[in-house]
Formats: sequence, C-alpha cells, structure tokens
Amino acid sequence: MPTKIEKDTVSGQDTTGHEWDGVKELNTPLPTWWVYTFYATIAFAVVYCALYPSWPWLTGHTQGLLGYSSRTELTVALADQTKARSKFVDKIRATSLADIRKDPELFNFALAGGRSAFQTNCLQCHGAGGAGSTGFPNLVDDDWIWGGNIDQIYATIDHGIRNADDKSRQSLMPRFGVDGLLTAAQVAAVTDYVLSLSGRAKATPEGAKIWQEQCVACHKADGTGNQELGAPNLADGIWLYGGDRDSLYRTIFYARNGSMPAWGTRLDDATMKMLAIYVHSLGGGR
Amino acid sequence: MDARIQDEDAVSLRTRKAELPLYITRIKVYPRAIKGLWRRVKWAAVALLLGLYYVVPWLRWDRGPDAPNQAILIDLDGRRGWFFDVVIWPQEIYFVTGLLILGAFGLFFATALFGRIWCGFACPQTVWTDLFMLVERLIEGDRNERMRLDRLPMSAGKAARKALKHTVWLAIAAATGGAWVFYYVDAPSTLVKIFRGEASLEVYVFIGLLTATTYTLAGWAREQVCTYMCPWPRFQAAMLDEQSVIVTYQKWRGEPRGKHKAGASWDGRGDCVDCNLCVAVCPTGIDIRDGQQIECIGCGLCIDACNQTMGKVDRPPNLILWDTLANQQAKEKGVGGAAWRPLRPRTLLYAALLVVVTAVMLSAFWLRTDIELTVQRDRSPNFVRLSNGDIRNSYAVKILNKSRDEQRLQLAVEGLPGATVGFVGADIQGGTAVTRLAVHPDSVGTFRIFLTVPAGSAPSGSKPIEFTVGDKTSRKRASHDAVFVGPAR
Repeated sequence: MPTKIEKDTVSGQDTTGHEWDGVKELNTPLPTWWVYTFYATIAFAVVYCALYPSWPWLTGHTQGLLGYSSRTELTVALADQTKARSKFVDKIRATSLADIRKDPELFNFALAGGRSAFQTNCLQCHGAGGAGSTGFPNLVDDDWIWGGNIDQIYATIDHGIRNADDKSRQSLMPRFGVDGLLTAAQVAAVTDYVLSLSGRAKATPEGAKIWQEQCVACHKADGTGNQELGAPNLADGIWLYGGDRDSLYRTIFYARNGSMPAWGTRLDDATMKMLAIYVHSLGGGR
Repeated sequence: MDARIQDEDAVSLRTRKAELPLYITRIKVYPRAIKGLWRRVKWAAVALLLGLYYVVPWLRWDRGPDAPNQAILIDLDGRRGWFFDVVIWPQEIYFVTGLLILGAFGLFFATALFGRIWCGFACPQTVWTDLFMLVERLIEGDRNERMRLDRLPMSAGKAARKALKHTVWLAIAAATGGAWVFYYVDAPSTLVKIFRGEASLEVYVFIGLLTATTYTLAGWAREQVCTYMCPWPRFQAAMLDEQSVIVTYQKWRGEPRGKHKAGASWDGRGDCVDCNLCVAVCPTGIDIRDGQQIECIGCGLCIDACNQTMGKVDRPPNLILWDTLANQQAKEKGVGGAAWRPLRPRTLLYAALLVVVTAVMLSAFWLRTDIELTVQRDRSPNFVRLSNGDIRNSYAVKILNKSRDEQRLQLAVEGLPGATVGFVGADIQGGTAVTRLAVHPDSVGTFRIFLTVPAGSAPSGSKPIEFTVGDKTSRKRASHDAVFVGPAR
C-alpha cells in the first residue's frame, strides 16, 4: 500500500509511495500519449472482436461482421493453386509419356507432382523412398515383375495387379504343397534347385526334374522369369518374399499372389502419368 | 487502530492524485537555432546521410538485357540482391548477418570511445528530426517566435503557417517512404506508376507506412522517441565508462554560476553566466549542467551555444566540451588531469571483434564462386542392390549457377574407384559417366545422380566421397562432401 511520498535524496525524484521491505520505487511518470496508445490498443481489440471470429461459446464461436474464416481462405488458396498448376497439368494430359520426358520443364513438374502423389497414395506399401518391403516390390532397383519401361509402369498403376479390374494384371502361381501337386519332399527338392540358380545350393536330379515339369512354363528354363506373366526372375539376387531357403519353401508350398489396386478408378490420368514418370525415375526405369 | 495508518487514510483521493502524477503530458521542446562547429558537423551528416538515402536507388548499372539496371536493388520477388556487380542469393543471407554484426560492434566500439555519437549525429531519428526542425524554423521562425505563435489564438495567418509546415513535413515523409520502396523495385518506372495509380498495393502500403512513421516520429514525437521508445539509450551504459569522451559541463570551472555584468570581476565565481542558452538549444530540452542523464543524445549543440556565450563575455571557450569523466573528476579534485586512455580492454575487444568479423566476411566474399553445389544422399533406402548384385546409392544434387550464362558442367566423383555415374534423364540427354550437366543462367539445376559399384568393390558401411563440378582452373567450380553406403559385411 502507498505509504509516504517522499523525495529520494540521491536522485531528487519523488517516490511513488510504494515500499516493499524497505525498497522504494521512484516515480518516473509515463508520458500521457503512451497511455493513449494503450487505450488505442484496447479500442483496436474491441473493433477486431466485432469484425473477426473471436469469442468461443459452447457450440461454436462468434462469426465476425466480415465473415472471415481461415477455411475459406484455404479453399480459395487451393483453388488458385489448382488454377496455377492447370497450365502444366493440361499439358501433361495431352502429351505422351515419352514426350513429357523430353520436355525438361514438363518433366520436372511431373517429377514433383509424381513425388507428391506417391507420398499420398503409394508409400503405405512401397515405402517413402520406394524401397518396398517383404511382399511389396522395391521400385528403386532394376528388377521388374511386370515390366519396367514407362508404359508398363503406367499400365500397372492404371489397372493394378490381381484385382477386379478387367484389365488388371493377372496370373496365378499354383499352391504346390497345399493343393497336393507336390509332396513336401518334392517342394524341398525344387527349393534347392531354385537356390542353385543363384548359386546358393546344390541341385538334385529330382529337383531339376520337378523344375522342368512344373516351373519352366512361367519362369523359363534358366529361371529369368517372364514379365508378360508376372513371373519373377529367380536367378538374380532380388527376392520379393525373401530369398532364404525357408521363405522360398513357403512360397512354393503356399504360393504368393500379391495384389495391387487399380489406381485408374481413383486417380486422374495426369496424376498417374506423373506417378509413372516419378517411379520410372527412381533408378530402375528401363 | 494504528495511528500511523489513520494518518495516511486522512489524505484525500484528490490530493493523492495530485501527489502521484503517474502520467505527465509532454512538455514541448522548442530548440533554438545555434551556429558553431558541431552544428556544422551535424549539417554535414544530415546532407551526407539523407543524400545517400534519397539518391542511391537512382544510380544505374548496366548488367545487360536480362537483368535489372539498378545499381542497388533488393528484388524480393526474384529473390536476388543486386549490388553493382555482385548478386546475392538468398542462400548468402549470412553476408547480411555479417553486416549487421559489424554494425552492432561498430556501434559498441564508437560508444565506448565517444559516447552517444551515433544518437547525436547519425541516427535516422536525429537526422530526420534535424531536417523537420529546419523546415519548422524556416516557416514559423526560431524558438521565441514559435513559442509566441503557439500561445497566440488561432488566426488565418497562424493556420496558414501551420498548414504549410505540415504539408512540407508530409511531403518529406512521403518522399522518405517512396525512397524506401525504390530500394526494392525499379525506381524510375515505379515512380511513374505511383503517380498513375498503377503501382502494386504493397508499394502504396509501404509508402503510407513510412510516411506515417516519418511524419509522426520526426515531426511530433522527436525526443520522446529517444527517451521513451528507443532501447539503445537504456543499455548503452554497458559500453560507456569514465574513459569515454562525452559531452560534459566543467562544473569545477563553471560554478558558482550567476549573471555577470560587463566589467565586473570574475574572482570568486565560476565562468557560467547562467544565460541558459545551452538549455534553449538542446533538442531534448535538458540542462547539461545537471550532469549525465539518459535524455542526452550527445549532439554537442550545447557546446556551440556555450562557446558563443563565452566568446561574448570574453572567457576561455569549452566550458562545455567533449571530455572524459575521469579527466573531469581529476580536475574537480584539483589534481591536474587524467590523460585519455582510448586503449582499454573493452575498446580493444570491440576492435578485435570488428577485425575478425571483417576478415571472415572478406575471405567469404573472396572465396565466393559462381557455382555452388549441394549433395544430399537418399537415405530411404540407404542403398539399392541391383539384380546383378551391384550396389547403388542415389543423390539429389543441386547446382547453383550464379553467372549470367548457361553452364555445362562436368560432374566427377572422387574416392570411389570403379563407380559408374548415371543420372535421371540421361537416356534422353545422352551421356553417362562424366556427363556435362546443363544449368540455366541465374538458376538452380536439380539432378538425381546414381552411383553404382560392383558388388565386390562396394564398401562395407559408409565411405566418404567427394562430388565436384566444373573446370579445375576457373572460378566456376564447386565441390561437396558425401558418403557412399554399402551393405555391412
């Protein structure tokens, strides 16, 4: 509480009369215009509250006389952006994949757009960098199950793999063990044969015989596979479901028939073109 | 009840309010015109600084057809700073940081040596206030005439003078805002656009903003800015010491002060004749004879005023002068004087910092190249195993071409024998290993580079490598460190 206003002997200034444990406060008056500035900020706050959304209540908030909302602002900004991009997007729609790659400006736009679409739609299975994981193909390497040129990539994105789409990529690996086509011992023998293709096991005559009877039709005699049928290359070092003996045995016994959605039902043509160009550029494109 | 408390409660609210003026109305300062050395120095500073400010945006510099021909232009839209033949990219903002650091240490250094010379001579607030006061004096007259005019009731003549003053002030303020804008846009074409109403909204907003601040701060607020708004006077005490040369009143020589009749003896009295001229000329309205105070901006006008009076009464000049507190204290004690020591730990430290920062900036500027390279390795996946067992890493490579010509730069990788270099789009553009990458003038080229090594020679874990682009001989060369990662063995 204010006690006594007195003159400070050192500075010659009045005190405010406030004292805390013997510490007294010198009175250095503020200029009045400073106080008016403070009042002006209060007036500003009142006007602002009237013009803009400000006060919350139980079920919502005051809307403000200007009708401003950040959501509307976002909608407008997004529409502006779409409009600004439409110059390129229209051009991509009208240009063939090969020609897009020859136009540096369009190619760069497609790479950026494809990357963005990939992050939204594809990374859940194929990973942020496209490296995939067990059962989900690596898009960064040079091994392609259904073909790695840009048109094949586009077709795979458009129609997908083993789904209900009419043009989806279809093929079926038989369930050799489950359906009784081969006995467990035979599966083991042909597993060794497959491992021998990449030099990792010794093939038995029995394994070679089963390979010739059951596998060559799709995977070819040398095991290099057939992209027309989606039959993977079994002679290289890349394995979709794992290349160890145990995983390979299971693959032959139970079969693997992975599926991918037909993105043509969800994405527009320009987005799929940009995706194809992006995936093709990840490093494995043919 | 305690008698002491009763005693206090007896003070009426009205009385207490009168006792506690927590706010005071500004007492208007009417600085009087003065002639003298420091006034001349101040005019020179005003002419030089304002001249630079208003004229610099109009300097032209020929940079060829595709670049602006304004000598100094900060192009925010184009994200380039043009300073004669130097083009600064946003990535080089550290040059601006360096200049700001130099400015700060320069200010500390000058303050440690000479007190508030920045405030008194070079601060924009002081410079523009000087200009506005000159206008005021030319229209309304000097101190006494202005005070008389303000006391007079409003008349046509008074209104005309006031209106003229504010019109000229506003014109200067608008020119100040305009000149500011011209640092960011092409000056001649924008000037035409401004008058035609064709300039962008930003241009008008910034002119309006700076017109308002210049008019308010230099016309109305003046010393209130220095006393109440500016943080600098509050912490400069940390740079000043008793060895700083500041504006000082020689109390030992001036006191006891008093009026002096011509011919009367000077024995037993001080040299100060109490003419109050030092107070009348002070732009912040203080009395230097009260000693050091926060309002003093160290402009030296009271020195000019006092020297004029000392001349008239035929006493030695410099009763008010630039001196150190140490010297004044010594003289007050009658022990002669104390020599100025400009070399003190703080001045040496500030000087050393100035030298170091300047050296760093100069060498950074000297080593600046037209080409810059950044390399970022893809970490998802860390490496790719190809079908034949080869190991591949991919890198996002950005090449900044700051020159005005298209560059075709040779990319090389050192430290990874047996590696093949490829890049996205190589099949269209042709070429593989040591390809010449094309980067447009004044732009950034982005490339996706693949490094592939045979399985046998792939490193186990990470191995440092170096990317280089450009010719070994010219300034158009840059390099960047990176690593190549192989499967751990």
